Amino acid sequence: MTATDQQVAEQPVREEPDTTVLRVANLRVAFAGTEVVKGISFSAQAGRCLAIVGESGSGKSVTARTLVGLTGGNSRVSADAIDLDGVDLLRTGERGWRSVRGSRIGFVLQDALVSLDQLRRVGDEVAEPLRVHGRGTRRSRAAKAVELLDAVGVPEPAVRARQRPYELSGGLRQRALIASAIALDPPLLIADEPTTALDVTVQAQVLDLLAAAKERGTSIILISHDLSVVARLADEVAVMRDGEIVEHGPARRVLREPRHEYTRMLLAAIPSAHTRDTKLSRPTEHRPQRTVDRGRPVLEARRLSKVFRGPDGVDRTVVDDVSFELFGGETLGIVGESGSGKTTTARIALAILAATAGEVLLRGAPWSARSVGERRPLRKQIGVVYQDPLSSFDPRWPVGRILTDALATGTRPPASKAEARGRAIRLLEQVGLREEHFDRAPLRLSGGQRQRVAIARALAPEPSVIVCDEPVSALDVSIQAQVLDLLTDLQDELGVSYLFISHDLGVIHHVSDRILVMKDGRVVEHGSAADIFERPQHEYTRRLLTAVPRLELK
Amino acid sequence: MRYLLKLLSAVAVVIAAASVTFFAQLAVPGDRATTLMNLQTGQDRKWTAEELAPLNEKYGFDDPIVVQYLDYVTGLFRGDLGTSYTQKRPVLEVIGGQLLPSLTLTVLALVVAWFLALGVTLLTVRRGRFLSGLGATWEAMTASLPHYWVGIVLLVVFAVQLRVFPVIGGTSGWGTVLPVLTLAIPLAGFVGQVTREEFEQVLAQPFVTTARTRGMSDLAVRLRHVLRHAVLPAVTLSGWALGALISGAVITENIFGRPGIGQVLVTAVDTRDMPTASGVVLVVATVYVVANLLVDLAYGAIDPRLRRAT
Amino acid sequence: MTVKTLTAAPKPALGTVLSLLVVTWVLTAALAPSVLTDGSPTAIDLHATLLPPSWEHPFGTDDAGRDLLTRVIHGSRQSLGIGLGATALAFLIALVLGFTAALAGGVVDAAITRVLEVAFAFPALLLALLVISVRGPSLATVVVAVGIGSAPGYARMVRGQVLAVRQAGYIEAAAALGHSRFAVIRRHLFPNAVRPLVAVATLGVGQSIVWASGLSFLGLGVAPPSSEWGALLDAGRLHITTSWWLEILPGVVIVLVTLAVTTLGRTLQRRLEGAAR
Repeated sequence: MTATDQQVAEQPVREEPDTTVLRVANLRVAFAGTEVVKGISFSAQAGRCLAIVGESGSGKSVTARTLVGLTGGNSRVSADAIDLDGVDLLRTGERGWRSVRGSRIGFVLQDALVSLDQLRRVGDEVAEPLRVHGRGTRRSRAAKAVELLDAVGVPEPAVRARQRPYELSGGLRQRALIASAIALDPPLLIADEPTTALDVTVQAQVLDLLAAAKERGTSIILISHDLSVVARLADEVAVMRDGEIVEHGPARRVLREPRHEYTRMLLAAIPSAHTRDTKLSRPTEHRPQRTVDRGRPVLEARRLSKVFRGPDGVDRTVVDDVSFELFGGETLGIVGESGSGKTTTARIALAILAATAGEVLLRGAPWSARSVGERRPLRKQIGVVYQDPLSSFDPRWPVGRILTDALATGTRPPASKAEARGRAIRLLEQVGLREEHFDRAPLRLSGGQRQRVAIARALAPEPSVIVCDEPVSALDVSIQAQVLDLLTDLQDELGVSYLFISHDLGVIHHVSDRILVMKDGRVVEHGSAADIFERPQHEYTRRLLTAVPRLELK
Repeated sequence: MRYLLKLLSAVAVVIAAASVTFFAQLAVPGDRATTLMNLQTGQDRKWTAEELAPLNEKYGFDDPIVVQYLDYVTGLFRGDLGTSYTQKRPVLEVIGGQLLPSLTLTVLALVVAWFLALGVTLLTVRRGRFLSGLGATWEAMTASLPHYWVGIVLLVVFAVQLRVFPVIGGTSGWGTVLPVLTLAIPLAGFVGQVTREEFEQVLAQPFVTTARTRGMSDLAVRLRHVLRHAVLPAVTLSGWALGALISGAVITENIFGRPGIGQVLVTAVDTRDMPTASGVVLVVATVYVVANLLVDLAYGAIDPRLRRAT
Repeated sequence: MTVKTLTAAPKPALGTVLSLLVVTWVLTAALAPSVLTDGSPTAIDLHATLLPPSWEHPFGTDDAGRDLLTRVIHGSRQSLGIGLGATALAFLIALVLGFTAALAGGVVDAAITRVLEVAFAFPALLLALLVISVRGPSLATVVVAVGIGSAPGYARMVRGQVLAVRQAGYIEAAAALGHSRFAVIRRHLFPNAVRPLVAVATLGVGQSIVWASGLSFLGLGVAPPSSEWGALLDAGRLHITTSWWLEILPGVVIVLVTLAVTTLGRTLQRRLEGAAR
């Protein structure tokens, strides 16, 4: 680390005052009397990217919206200054805000599928800032829209401009959204989780696009929950928690030598190669040696394939010749981008979906080949944890009933109500919850607690395999760390095997002993975690690995 | 291609509807010839077989049911809906002249209701607690008002007390105002409720925020982006609403003594003139099916996603 | 999003309270009319015909000098009975058709959907009128007519609801635990599919009362000597130019009761949705 770096770390605002585009001092935002942004200050420089990082509820998105005067109803905003190129936005009024939005500040939201108007043509959406600010004629705007789409790397821009957002792929849509935000070449671009809903390879392209805008001198404020995304683009990082900036400094310094405990915790919680065999939420703790029983696989898939007939009558092969073995006490990771067939494979393994061809064996015995009725008594051997636990709970049932119901299907069904309750409470304790959660409705639990209940339910019948389908994808990184730790703790304690499905290479690398990489329904590569990540053979795996934004720690 | 399929299925529905009305006629208790004879002579007694023979001959009551059914259905394609028991004229002739006033009434009411609803919704949705509450309350109140009561109140207030409109207006322009309002007010409440709910949801969508971040004014966002999304559910319901309107038209025509198929229907049901009653019901069913086809087209025009999906 | 939950403040429960009052009143009127009035609905007083509303006769009197309020109170049993009966009938038909279609699927589903489509070609009132023209006007006919008239709409709703709930994650989760198909239907599918319909049924009662009184109003439902609300309206039409109260006031009662039932139904709906989410 250089000396200038150090200096900037302490006084991030004062580097070359000429280039300051936006200066915010002591910003406070309250909703209905509750303060969610508690006096934060930062500034944005031309040609540089400031990243505001935080978990859900940190106030980062509210901050972003406040910068364009769209905090929302029922809110109270105050600040010592919100200066955009010397203009005080606080005293500008609605009319003033409108003249700034789109022309001086561009705004990119996440997931263009819902952030672009589905009923209008892409070209009209892209050109809308021009129309709103009275630039050009209808004809010239249409031409400019095509030009903009071309500039953000949309192929066949003239064709795309006439299509509607839902007809474009996720990556192209997000580019169109960015094209719209930079239509008037605003000096400041605010991007609120611009890559969150995207596959890693597409995510990398969008980040490159933002980097290009930065090169041209645009100042970028990037809002993200993902430190690895931030590492790729940001020059400066502000870490937010509970409405306050807990740490603020040059990106390299904050990410490599975090000073605040919270930043350190966030960084440690990111699963990756370095975190294997340690606990994410307790970084100093190591996983004990495990014994994987390489005898008979507990779950075995033989040449599975699944063909779906689309509404147009065309057959699509979603899973194509997939085989794997999962041994006792082991975690097999399946990783792939959306549409790779990984979730379909999981559902076939659970025998909830019938394969078109191939067979699944459970503990060496036929599983998928049996009838529904024959399979029922065997279901206790295989459990499942879904991405969205809430929708997997009957909305009328409290936690206790969910668990006792699952216990009743197990190998040793409870003999009495009292026994059921006792065992359910023991399960709750096993997953880090308490007796008081027994009578709680799942709706009243936090996301992490819900996933814990889902895990407890999966454990209740004492299965030898649990299929985890994106179990931590909807969780904040610190909660994700706790849930992943819980899963590995349970494996160490009970010897249960996991078939672990995820799109997140870091998560997969952290938990898996062996890994399948899937693409378009096929297994393109399989092997030990070390083989896949350190010596990838297949070209797609390599592409995937380079696309992953990673923290270059040490 | 898609529309051809829809058209075919619509024809199938109308034929099925005709079967329903046909069997409804058979389901009337008692011998049809006897009922008819009593109706025409104003007596109520048993008739001998010889006395009934000409009627049975004329209407084919003695034919096997299958033959009668096929006669009825094929007759439809020639525009033959049977003969009215009471008026002794072809049903189509009885209905014919009455269809236009009823259609005018319902279509006008639909248009007025949409204008009322959109006006109230656009002006009041998410405009502070007071205005929103006022709009929502107005919609909830009017949506559950029965047509007959709206009609009576309008009649009593504007025709009887204030004498602004004629009590019995016929089909004149001035006389059409109250009947149209009678039908339009409850429908406007209903359309407004549905649209308001959707409007509020659409306002919270990210693409609306995006539009605002481009510097659009609130009104422009509402008109250019939100409105088109917000009317979709109400457009879907418009086909159904037309059914409610036709039902309401029967009552409205009755209150205002306005000619129309509603009046024909009520009289026919009252005198148990089954061919006429069935005929009206069938005509209305046809109009309804056609209207729903049109709504389908309108929906496709507003939401291009649908054109692609099917 | 926290922002949204904060701005969507709960509406004042004033409407709900008023609705409860109205419903209590009409239930009392239906179950024990003597609590609300000591007069007889058929007591003729030829010296007091067509009197406008006053302290003595809050709703005025009709052409036979009968107290209108007393008649309205005594008519509520029939009106409410028709509303409840018709809705119950409609829902019975709808539940059977809807569940059969959604659970059986395939040919059965296609057949039932077709039948419903045909039924939909008839606006509700016309379907009801068709039933009446077959059976002739009577109390029972009105119940059957309104019931059949509104059944197709509910049936389609039930079918859609069952199909939607069948997609829910907890259905798959229950199957993955090894519960039988029947147990899943009984313990999860049925209660969760039917629950939101409770609110719809409440709304339906209000609608049925309106439809039934509409039929009587046309002279095709319950006949005038009865004090069913629609019949009262029908009887009052003769005097519409002179005695407005005969039409307006029973109408106000119908509107208030419908509005109250609708408001309660919506409150119920919101509660159920809130609990489900």
